[in-house]
Amino acid sequence: MSSLTIADVERIAALAHLELTDDEKPLFTRQLADILNYAEQLQAVDTTGVPATAHVTAATGAERPDEPRPSLPVADALANAPDAAHDSGLFRVPRVIG
Amino acid sequence: MTLVDRTARDLRQDIAAGSISAVEACRATLDRMSSVNPALNAFNHVDGERALARAAAIDRQRAAGERLGPLAGVPIALKDNMCVRGMRTTASSKILDSFIPPYDATVVNRLESAGAVIVGKTNCDEFAMGSSNENSAYGPVHNPWNLDATPGGSSGGSAAAVAARCVPLAFGSDTGGSIRQPASFCGVVGLKPTYGRVSRYGLLAFASSLDQIGPFARTVGDAAIALSIIAGHDPNDATSATTDVIDYAAGLNGDIRGVRVGVPRAFVSEGVDHRVRTAFDAALATLRDRGATLVDIELPHAKFAIPVYYLIATAEASSNLARYDGVKYGYRSPAAKDGPLKTMYSRTRDEGFGAEVKRRIMLGTYVLSAGYYDAFYLKAQQVRTLVRRDYEQAFASVDVVAMPTSPVPPFKLGEKTADPLQMYLGDVFTVSVNLAGLPGVNIPCGLSEGLPIGFQLIGRMFDEATILRVADAFERATDWHTATPPLD
Repeated sequence: MSSLTIADVERIAALAHLELTDDEKPLFTRQLADILNYAEQLQAVDTTGVPATAHVTAATGAERPDEPRPSLPVADALANAPDAAHDSGLFRVPRVIG
Repeated sequence: MTLVDRTARDLRQDIAAGSISAVEACRATLDRMSSVNPALNAFNHVDGERALARAAAIDRQRAAGERLGPLAGVPIALKDNMCVRGMRTTASSKILDSFIPPYDATVVNRLESAGAVIVGKTNCDEFAMGSSNENSAYGPVHNPWNLDATPGGSSGGSAAAVAARCVPLAFGSDTGGSIRQPASFCGVVGLKPTYGRVSRYGLLAFASSLDQIGPFARTVGDAAIALSIIAGHDPNDATSATTDVIDYAAGLNGDIRGVRVGVPRAFVSEGVDHRVRTAFDAALATLRDRGATLVDIELPHAKFAIPVYYLIATAEASSNLARYDGVKYGYRSPAAKDGPLKTMYSRTRDEGFGAEVKRRIMLGTYVLSAGYYDAFYLKAQQVRTLVRRDYEQAFASVDVVAMPTSPVPPFKLGEKTADPLQMYLGDVFTVSVNLAGLPGVNIPCGLSEGLPIGFQLIGRMFDEATILRVADAFERATDWHTATPPLD
């Protein structure tokens, strides 16, 4: 049985850049524990020597000539930004160091 | 029969013949949408002006004697996770509430080149994560057959829009059943093509090894026409297949004599509602009466497909959704405008994503994290191989596999939202098909207490032709597809 704790959930949330509210933490702890307990059944499947499938068509690698092609214009790329310095073509973010 | 009742094929023929104009067809669709959508909430966004301008252009092409595309003047709707340049695209998420794509998805290019007229974007579960359309930031979609019932998910708006005669064709995406299950709940045809058959360029990514775009229609013939248009290699999607695209509609000859239909008896014997079982058994009997041979098969690992799916899909989602950080597009939390940056990221993501999306990001992050990767993620990928091998073995002796699409008829809105695991268990018959990369199609096969029931046909990789031929033969032998929801 999975014994997921609130501390585990806080650690995962930090990895995922999610600042959960105090209501969400116990709820997600319970719900994620339910799901992980359910997924425990996979441990009973014998997978000795079975390769992993990451992708059903992985065997067919796709290559193309390395030729330059037009990319999205800077103005279009910035158009949806919550905060952009349009003149200099930059995304603006809050200070990095807290 | 009114304009909105017509199939895409008939509508296109009438427009090409000049008996109706594309503008008339477009107006009929927009009128229908404004009359039924307030009750359904199937559309996140309608752009009547753009649609009428496109329709007028088709009428001018016809008047000038130009060659018309195979969907010339046919109104269509797209799930709100496909990018249309200049048209708001939200994935039903607050985090993309204001997003205006700067480019078109490849399917959009192909459909518009074929003459289709996009009338709007349909409601769905947020980032296509859900089985009831209740995870939308814009409220649930209501089932046209019973407004208290869910239309299914995640492409619930597209399914409801076709069932409600808003459009003859709509498009959705299917990662674990998100086309087939809502098609089943709304009583329409829904096709998930083979993984790689249709380009995913411009589809907002959920789980990249599973996602696939496909059509909803009221007839198998219309779904086949749509597939021939959207299928094919795309240099912008390295996973799109180079396998030849055929005229899928041309192969619908009604003849299924000798086709071997595999039925995984043990897998479908448990946990299936008696109403679904009755409809499924009757569907199998119909296929046999039309000359198909029923063959018992085993899919011994299919029962593990739900845990495998929810570990792999969430792992991929946690990575794909890392891009929503309040910097390049979409919502940014006002809470941390003076920083630090990390707090801006985490507040933006907590406020911008809904509960189910957060749960899945958390689960995916957990199974990919140090100490759990081998036990959960790698193990799931290995069992995925076993699920695929089961199908490969089955297809050595059968041509298609038949299963119910959903183990239960459409359930009530609100019935399952408190327990995510219970909601996941409803995906039992759809997720294995995505894990194996196979094509699957839902066909209506019953009505119970006024709510639709469907079943699915699953084919070999890139053999959409056979499942569509069998589905079409079933449609010819039955009249479930002609039933209309009591909306008016």
